[in-house]
Amino acid sequence: MSSFNLKVGAAVTALVLAAILVPTFERPTVRTEQGGFRGTSMGSVENPRLRAQVVARNQVPEAPEAADNDGDRASALYENVQLLGDLSNAQFLRLMQAMTEWVVPQDVRDAGNGCAYCHNLDNLASDEVYTKVVSRRMLQMVRTINNHPHVGETGVTCYTCHRGRAVPAEVWAAPQLPQHGLQAQTGQNRVSRPAGYSSMLVDPFSPYLLRDENIRVISGTSLPRYNTTSIQATEGTYALMMHMSSSLGVNCTFCHNSRSFAEWAQSPPQRVTAWHGIRMVREVNMSYIEPLTPLWRAHPNGPPEAGAPLARLGPMGDALKVNCSTCHRGVNRPLNGVPMLRDYPELRVIRDGPARSAALVPQ
Amino acid sequence: MAEYQNIFTRIQVRPPVPYPGVPLPPDNDARDGKPRFVHLFGRLGDAQVGPIYLGYTGILSLLCGFIAIEIIGLNMLASVNWNPVQFIRQLFWLALEPPPPQYGLRFPPMREGGWWLVAGFFLTLSILLWWVRTYRRARQLGMGTHVAWAFAAAIWLYLVLGFIRPIAMGSWSEAVPFGIFPHLDWTAAFSIRYGNLFYNPFHALSIVFLYGATLLFAMHGATILALGRYGGEREIELTLDRGTAAERGGLFWRWTMGFNATFESIHRWAWWFAVLCPITGGIGILLTGTVVDNWYLWAVDRHFAPAYPQLWAPVADPALTQGAPR
Repeated sequence: MSSFNLKVGAAVTALVLAAILVPTFERPTVRTEQGGFRGTSMGSVENPRLRAQVVARNQVPEAPEAADNDGDRASALYENVQLLGDLSNAQFLRLMQAMTEWVVPQDVRDAGNGCAYCHNLDNLASDEVYTKVVSRRMLQMVRTINNHPHVGETGVTCYTCHRGRAVPAEVWAAPQLPQHGLQAQTGQNRVSRPAGYSSMLVDPFSPYLLRDENIRVISGTSLPRYNTTSIQATEGTYALMMHMSSSLGVNCTFCHNSRSFAEWAQSPPQRVTAWHGIRMVREVNMSYIEPLTPLWRAHPNGPPEAGAPLARLGPMGDALKVNCSTCHRGVNRPLNGVPMLRDYPELRVIRDGPARSAALVPQ
Repeated sequence: MAEYQNIFTRIQVRPPVPYPGVPLPPDNDARDGKPRFVHLFGRLGDAQVGPIYLGYTGILSLLCGFIAIEIIGLNMLASVNWNPVQFIRQLFWLALEPPPPQYGLRFPPMREGGWWLVAGFFLTLSILLWWVRTYRRARQLGMGTHVAWAFAAAIWLYLVLGFIRPIAMGSWSEAVPFGIFPHLDWTAAFSIRYGNLFYNPFHALSIVFLYGATLLFAMHGATILALGRYGGEREIELTLDRGTAAERGGLFWRWTMGFNATFESIHRWAWWFAVLCPITGGIGILLTGTVVDNWYLWAVDRHFAPAYPQLWAPVADPALTQGAPR
């Protein structure tokens, strides 16, 4: 064989190797930190260069000047204030302003239509714009979340998820999967982004974050007969865990010990927080997001003032729902752990109930 | 004189005219195909390609294998709505999945794992026929049947994974899907479901033989290649004389580690290491779920999982608190 052929062969090999290496590997340096006892492989792996980018993407906007708490309450000043009636006028207006900046799209605000995104400008008390009804329910949701053990004292605001967008950037909906005669749909065996680009469940959210299907698959006894969980169900759990891992930017060993994923006694304490997180997301999806679906069905592209149409429904016509990355966005503490709620005491005085503050039927 | 070089060789093993092979005993078909030379093959091994002996086991094996691959491929193609572009893009992710757990060992609807059973049947038939073929060809050539039995060790692991263990567990859903990534995901999920396979002693043995076989192969291959300048590949005649490649190879290992294999025994070592890898692996798989359901807890029971100091306060399962959500 001539040296020309060898050169061509070497060039082809180099190209193939580059095509495999460049998109699949990340450029060093990677930093590992030992978290557990030596030899137990409880390390966290982090690429400082990529971490800096993620941290930069999760900055908290500057808070407006605090409002005083004097004077009449909003419930006395305005009509139809069901949840924020205990605020002073200044606090009420400060929160309205903040919510507009957190949720209403930039171009709508720039066009001077910020208030009209949720209000009828001729009668601000009216509930006829559906986004106002949604907002009220979202405020109740924020109250629930801020009383949940998962978020603790850090708390959340609308911004934790919305970040200046009407629909948070990271949401999920039931995927549209091909239905055909030869093979029944298994919900897996195609590229699954939530499951870390593996071939496991394409939608690990519906069973575990909308319904409360069993996540625990590992036997609690060394001998058989007490656990009927299948390997397929294990793949479902695995897919959910991959979603959690990539959403939080952490390894398995952030929450689990390396020897027995099931064993609580040896697990790092973060696992308890994550356990509450799963329950919190379930509650958010089941009690707050899902029941609002009729409103989004009636307005699939948002309110009239929405500017560019932005889908409110997934490909199967269900609501866009919440998962771990809706808040976390690649960091294990959303917004890098900054307690943003502290700057918005108004969100601490959302009234409890009524459970459904306004008619959920489209008007 | 031409000589073998290390790692890559310039020698083409290539007679002036293709060699038809030794005459076959009666009751054998003729060998098929016109033999020819391929330069590239000559770089890797013998330059002559063909003639090949097919026989009815060979033909039936190829046919069954073709049917199995065809069923798997068409099911994969169906799962992307018969879209050839998606078929190629997602090929590594696609699979033909075994039946879901609710069907147990019953024959499920074709679209819910029935095709998996049919494909598995033909693939198994193809493999077993190929085994018969390796056995009978060896016998007809007057050889030992070591290759057939080594192949049988691999077939044992295959049968444990897809046939024996699912039957022992009472469900086809315990079997492995046909697919590139799906079977790897299955492997990881299998280890998780049964409480960390690294605590399975037969898994450990299998790894010993897997890595051991690799190590032995590297040692042996390196020794023979290093002896190429003395004609080290002509093993048998060299063992009888002094100062030969064989003696140097043996002396090298005797000097470096005090002990050396012989030119015969090294192959016995290699054969057993290779064969024991799937045999012990198959035993480990077969015990999983049937005899042991959580290997970590089993290792704790048997006192061979060490206890490590914990660097954080232990936490309790929050699901055990009263009134906890599901």
